[in-house]
Amino acid sequence: MIESKKLDPNFKFEVAKEMGNVNITRCFACGTCTAGCPVREIDSKYNPRKIIRMVLLGMREEVLSSDFIWLCSTCYTCYDRCPQDVMLTTLMTTLRNIAVKEGHVHPSFKEQARLVGSFGRLYEVEDFDNKKREKMGLPPVKKIHDEVVKLLEKEAEK
Amino acid sequence: MKYALFLGCTIPVRGQNYEMSARAVAKVLGIEFIDLDDFSCCGYPVKSTNHHDTVVMAARNLAIASEKGLEIATLCNACTGVLTETQKELEENEELRNKVNVELKKIGREYKTGVKIRHFSRILYEDIGVEKIKEKVTRDLSELQFSVHYGCHYLRPAEIYEGFDDPENPETLDKLIEATGAKSVDYKDKLECCGGAILGADEDIALAMANNKLGHLTFNPIDALITVCPFCTIMYEDNQKKIETKFECEYNLPTLYYPQLLGLAFGLGKKELGFRLNKVKANDLLAKIGVE
Repeated sequence: MIESKKLDPNFKFEVAKEMGNVNITRCFACGTCTAGCPVREIDSKYNPRKIIRMVLLGMREEVLSSDFIWLCSTCYTCYDRCPQDVMLTTLMTTLRNIAVKEGHVHPSFKEQARLVGSFGRLYEVEDFDNKKREKMGLPPVKKIHDEVVKLLEKEAEK
Repeated sequence: MKYALFLGCTIPVRGQNYEMSARAVAKVLGIEFIDLDDFSCCGYPVKSTNHHDTVVMAARNLAIASEKGLEIATLCNACTGVLTETQKELEENEELRNKVNVELKKIGREYKTGVKIRHFSRILYEDIGVEKIKEKVTRDLSELQFSVHYGCHYLRPAEIYEGFDDPENPETLDKLIEATGAKSVDYKDKLECCGGAILGADEDIALAMANNKLGHLTFNPIDALITVCPFCTIMYEDNQKKIETKFECEYNLPTLYYPQLLGLAFGLGKKELGFRLNKVKANDLLAKIGVE
């Protein structure tokens, strides 16, 4: 049951403002997003139309602390098909970004951010990898991108 | 024709067969790839935690290409998406561009407008063209049948890709496959996502997505699946054994990167196309065309 006392009526505006103008308030609940969603086809715990509804109702805490906001596969099918241009994929990114600020972050995404912040790439490259590449006739790749490490560090300090 | 080759994170350490074959076919076609070792991760992996970090990282990569006056050729669909999307955001939003440039200044770089990014397959389709590719074919592949998985970020969001292909009914990769003389076979739910982006978030869902697709693909008697993205290949090839065990089925479906197929058509050998690194062995199809 939804408890109206716990709803945050400003949540939808917070979300819209966070990343450009996400047009969330335009949603008329047609369900085109959910109908074409490849994740929803496998598991109903991810349901884009329901997530939008929850945001519009102001269910801030439920949405931000949920597992389901981490399940969008970013295929952009709903983004392209939405008749109201709600920009759902962008919306899901926005919800994740806000969730992170509130301390809710999925461990696998946290680890990805740590790796990129430490090396400027998603995988740590060892000398072994470059030796292997050399044998294949491929040029070496840089192990650490100091410039990226610096850029993301600065970001974290703010 | 010169392009800055953008490898991203996965290809140089987990998809060297893609890289080797792309370099080999580029050589045949007179395409020169310039390696810029300052290119880092595109920025996609940090988008969920901090979108602004993605923008800054992508902008830095774009700045590196523009310093050299080069167009970027990508091999990974996710890199293509993030770099193209960021380029568009920065071109359209002056305030964001100025903000990003303040940050880039600290590392001595500047984003300048007008950088171009295209996926290598799109470059093959647009700059080389199907007819020119056909002229270079020296090996008969007419006995072979393939199905292609486009991968979402090759086509979507449509607004960033200038209408080069139709995201609801794409054809560029099918035409590139048929240019080799082989047949491209349609299949059910061709546009469904591989699930790669949520493999870490929910492995069960991601593997179920890939399993559905492998089922549809193998409904027809194809020789291999063709992909143009390392993430999609991780789902369909690297995880194929795991999927077979989990869902109690058997696919044994070789998965080739498009340049590997193109290289075969150009008469190149399996060694220079990196076939040793293909996890599901393509020996049957290679034997069909007399490649040893």
